[in-house]
Amino acid sequence: MNPPSSATASSSSLSFRSTVRFVVRRAGFYALVALAALVLNFVLPRLMPGDPGTALLARFRGKLAPEALEPLRAAFGITDAPLSSQFARYFVDVLHGDLGTSIAYFPQPVSSVIAQALPWTLLLAGSALVISFTCGTALGIWAAWFRGGVVDRVVPGVLTVVGAFPYFWVAMLLLYAFGFTWRLAPAGHAMTDGASPAWSWAFVADVARHAALPVASIVVTSLGGWMLSMRNVMITVLGTDVVALARAKGLSPVRVALVYAARNALLPQVTGFGMALGFVVGGALLTEVVFAYPGQGYVLVQAVRSQDYPLLQGVFLVLTFAVLVANFVVDVVVRALDPRTQESA
Amino acid sequence: MSPLVEAFRRDGRARTGLVVVVVYAVAAVVGPWLIGDPGALVGVPLQPPSLAHWLGTTGQGQDVLAQLVVGTRNSLLVGLVTGVVVVVVGALIGVVAGYVGGVVDTALSWLTQVSLVLPGLPLAIVVAAYLPSGPMTVAAVLVLTGWAWNARVLRSQTLSLRTRDFVVAARVAGDGPLRIMATVIVPNLTSLLFAQWMGSVTYAIGAEVGLEFLGLGDVGAVTWGTSLYWAANDAALLTGAWWTFVPAGLATAVFACGLVWIGHGLDEVTNPRLKSARPWSTWLRARGVDVGAAVAVTPVVRDAALPERP
Repeated sequence: MNPPSSATASSSSLSFRSTVRFVVRRAGFYALVALAALVLNFVLPRLMPGDPGTALLARFRGKLAPEALEPLRAAFGITDAPLSSQFARYFVDVLHGDLGTSIAYFPQPVSSVIAQALPWTLLLAGSALVISFTCGTALGIWAAWFRGGVVDRVVPGVLTVVGAFPYFWVAMLLLYAFGFTWRLAPAGHAMTDGASPAWSWAFVADVARHAALPVASIVVTSLGGWMLSMRNVMITVLGTDVVALARAKGLSPVRVALVYAARNALLPQVTGFGMALGFVVGGALLTEVVFAYPGQGYVLVQAVRSQDYPLLQGVFLVLTFAVLVANFVVDVVVRALDPRTQESA
Repeated sequence: MSPLVEAFRRDGRARTGLVVVVVYAVAAVVGPWLIGDPGALVGVPLQPPSLAHWLGTTGQGQDVLAQLVVGTRNSLLVGLVTGVVVVVVGALIGVVAGYVGGVVDTALSWLTQVSLVLPGLPLAIVVAAYLPSGPMTVAAVLVLTGWAWNARVLRSQTLSLRTRDFVVAARVAGDGPLRIMATVIVPNLTSLLFAQWMGSVTYAIGAEVGLEFLGLGDVGAVTWGTSLYWAANDAALLTGAWWTFVPAGLATAVFACGLVWIGHGLDEVTNPRLKSARPWSTWLRARGVDVGAAVAVTPVVRDAALPERP
């Protein structure tokens, strides 16, 4: 028997056109946001007091002749040409994946520095998000089902307290305790020095060992949010007629809890997934700095310390695009899961 | 402020939160006068806690306790002020968008949406890197990245308020939009604005510490974030000098907890769904009823709207 939950709306050919319209509209929105990020990235160096050319000149005070300023500025795309043509040039460059040349990692192009670091951030943020979402949601279901039980009374309070801690400070504590004091886990970096990437069991295990603490620090601080939201929605759903009917039919409690209640309560969680992305990316950045984990956050800090503006902006742009794409995917998934959003669209 | 008093009277956690906040406020106001100069080099670097230096010394040989107390004043100041500005900006944009409607609403809502989707911390870092480092920069980027959530909530609240009778009455009486927003709409949002302010302060202090940890604040100033920055710079973890990074982080965490607890207490009082649901299930449990089954017939939770994720 099918649960009378979300599969009731007809998914005929009529909804196909509205689905296409929805997808196109969301894609359009995110494209516009991406454009806004591009414009921001373009305007910032031209608006702010410190432009990259001057910064570089100041950094090499005395070693570079003042005449070098103009060529330097030109190298960063800041010329006397009209702003519109400067922007057109910038836009075309970004489309070609050309984000300029890094100063900190000179003479590597920004795009290759980012490309080396991106997989590590995706690994860290991705696995932290998945683990946190899964465990938090499961805990939320448990707490709502056994309302007033031990899990419901104790865990939310503990997680709220832990959730108030700064991500990176928890990372420091974990690193200090497990990495330096008890030596149970490697103290930083993404793999053992000198190890070469290979699809071998040993290498995967090595990477997993190095990722364990950073991932744990993000999971521990973000678990509470997932649990509380799932618990609250689940409690609301448990009060609906659908669940009362399921109970009246004499279905097993596990079936009522998971198939009837949890399935419906999961939707706001998936919506929250999109919003959590930004936070998790931020948390991953700081955590990477603590663990000297060679992802975007680590690169970002190198860029800040050496005033490497092209790299800084490149990282911002790539992270923004990644978050936008993920948000778009979440939007489409939510719509596919929830017929109510299809009717209103 | 009566819901706040009510929350303190009824909720134990809210009272704990109040105690935390008061202790911090006292420490921030009078502490720096009682304690020595945080920048003074008072002893051998990286000394563990002792009678002379209760929390030990930093990697530079400064007193950690003095740094912590002065850091509390500086960090709280930035956090509280930033919280106010975040709420004011959010309220301006949210209320105007909700009340005026039309093209203004479309534009402001779009701006809010864009700001919500852009990842906050990377944006804050990029902007802060271009500005001269200091508390003003930190505050400015935190406002830039923090206002949107408040604006979104306030817009929807304003939308539901604007059709109420007393707002319509004010309009019929000939009051202009500015006057209605200032004297009718905003006063009705006071408790929400206060809750938002506490949330914004929590956010601001956490993000401030994060930015300063990355070295984007004024690294010469004494704050919680710069303490952590210097602890990391002086290889505190490697040398086992836990006393250089635990106090500042713990101070941040406990203060944030205090605000969260007050917020929860306030929520219990102002949100009738939470308020009535708890005693009801407690009452049932006391009579041996399976609460899991009982919730299904609890009328107070049946038609409640799904809560939004903050």
